[in-house]
Amino acid sequence: MKPFTFERATSPEHAVSAFAAQPHARFLAGGTNLVDLMKLGVETPGHLIDVSRLPLEHIEPTPDGGLRIGANVRNSELAASPAVCRGYPALAQALLAGASGQLRNMATTGGNLLQRTRCPYFQDTSVPCNKREPGTGCSAREGVNRDMAVLGQSEHCVATHPSDMAVALAAYDAEVELLGPEGTRTVPAAAFHRLPGDAPQQDTVVRPGELICQVVLPPPPAGARAAYRKARDRASYAFALASAAAVLAVDGEGTVRHAALAFGGVAHRPWRARTAEEALIGTRAGAESFGRAVDAELAAARPLSGNAFKVPLARNLAVHLLTTLAAGPPDDLSGSGGPHGSGGPHGPAADGSPGGPGSTGSPDSTAGR
Amino acid sequence: MIPQRTATSSTLTLTVNDTAHTVTADHRTTLLDVLREHLDLTGTKKGCDHGQCGACTVLLEGRRANSCLLLAVAHDGAHLTTVEGLGDAERPHPLQEAFHRRDAFQCGYCTPGQIVSGVGMLCEAAEGHPSHVTPPQVLQRATGAPAELDRDEIRERMSGNICRCGAYPHIVEAVEDVTA
Ligand SMILES: Cc1cc2nc3c(=O)[nH]c(=O)nc-3n(C[C@H](O)[C@H](O)[C@H](O)COP(=O)(O)OP(=O)(O)OC[C@H]3O[C@@H](n4cnc5c(N)ncnc54)[C@H](O)[C@@H]3O)c2cc1C
Ligand code: SF4
Ligand code: FES
Ligand code: FES
Repeated sequence: MKPFTFERATSPEHAVSAFAAQPHARFLAGGTNLVDLMKLGVETPGHLIDVSRLPLEHIEPTPDGGLRIGANVRNSELAASPAVCRGYPALAQALLAGASGQLRNMATTGGNLLQRTRCPYFQDTSVPCNKREPGTGCSAREGVNRDMAVLGQSEHCVATHPSDMAVALAAYDAEVELLGPEGTRTVPAAAFHRLPGDAPQQDTVVRPGELICQVVLPPPPAGARAAYRKARDRASYAFALASAAAVLAVDGEGTVRHAALAFGGVAHRPWRARTAEEALIGTRAGAESFGRAVDAELAAARPLSGNAFKVPLARNLAVHLLTTLAAGPPDDLSGSGGPHGSGGPHGPAADGSPGGPGSTGSPDSTAGR
Repeated sequence: MIPQRTATSSTLTLTVNDTAHTVTADHRTTLLDVLREHLDLTGTKKGCDHGQCGACTVLLEGRRANSCLLLAVAHDGAHLTTVEGLGDAERPHPLQEAFHRRDAFQCGYCTPGQIVSGVGMLCEAAEGHPSHVTPPQVLQRATGAPAELDRDEIRERMSGNICRCGAYPHIVEAVEDVTA
């Protein structure tokens, strides 16, 4: 690891100005990704600005019924927050599907959004990689590409973004608030990460030296249910082969009124499935219509030599997730309607699985189908 | 104190198992290396050095964390508990005792990390933290009541600790003994 100087930011403004004064700086939060990459020689900052003690640790309701989450809120605290579990269960589930108990205790909201790809060639400084060293080539495209992207990749980079949390944030239409030298700006979570194009070195739209201050969730859509599912090579402590977050509202007639679907593990950014969503809104809920909508989305998939399996995997994950959501009561269990609607929260899901979305066994067993 | 901008090492204070230590360390030094190399507390193990195995688990301000990914300089003033601080041969922690009774190891290399992680995990569960295998209805109720730990829950919550000897069945039993 390269030697580096260190300072502790005393305010968000101080962090931003300290960065501007140090061209080779990096912000340090939980360190679970940055320190790892420094050990690997992938990140070589000359200066670290510790932002982990900045008072960005709030989880607070917004006036319109949404939620503001400080950049330094730990992944474990966010997943355990009653406001998140009740109002945004897919976010809690996504966080809990990521990493390990130890890592979630350190990982922050801001750092999770800005974690780098797990592409093994990116992490190996002895091989070419356009993301790590622009212009050197992409070792993954014709290499071992089983874990790589099937949507939106370019000839320059086929990596995926590894975050589970970011997929749920995209489906909930969250916004990320950034502080830079010119002030504050807000970016939708679904547009926060980029597609690689010819500049894969840029993961996100964040400009150098901008600090993530908070993430703002709008109020959950009325009557919606949401969940996150993840397929991986082992039951826990593994990155997604494919994952999906869905927010779905179906009215009394069985017509889809709100649909947001985002995929993880299949693209350079959380893949908000706009084509599927358009096809879903206004249709009758059911496995067949859900299948057609998801197929329309995945028609754009361009699998590589080793990862064609991801397309049916993502499809089945999403269709099963949507079907389960359509069968259950809405998420706002604390609301006046109460939790004991049709079937009740303890009743079996309509698809015959033992529990609702995210229940034991079902997310990971999907991988075997 | 904020270290000087030109320095690549700093002097910092860490309270480890209730004893305060002042160390001067290169900024590249992790908490794991401070424990093992500077303080001679070698109970905390280095397995992968990349956050992938859990052998280096310590409690940082009461929360379990992988000490191999924590830069010491960023944790000036912190309070740590290592496996040495949980108990010793004369007065073992109940989880240490359970590991011994259940024969929950073979080579023993992962054991300190397993035990410290187990202690941290039990704390999280007592505070009502959900897990990946918590049924969604329970997760959404978010009552804050202590989480019920069946074997699936224990396995999921302990998944950050890898055991190359595959002692998992007995590890789960040992943790179960302490929850009962
Ligand atoms: C073994 C292992 C398994 C994992 N498994 C998963 C998984 O299954 N799913 C998953 O989603 N993740 C997984 N992770 C990744 C983990 O979630 C991330 O490492 C973590 O979220 C990063 O957060 P951090 O606070 O530690 O970030 P840091 O490492 O501190 O920082 C990461 C990046 O963000 C920047 N940064 C941090 N905070 C800010 C801010 N406020 N403003 C601007 N920039 C900032 C830093 O400069 C750095 O570039 C895994 C990690 C490991 C080591
Ligand atoms: S996929 Fe992207 S990150 Fe991986 S080797 Fe190619 S350019 Fe590098
Ligand atoms: S040594 Fe820290 S997780 Fe393996
Ligand atoms: S007992 Fe040998 S690694 Fe776990």
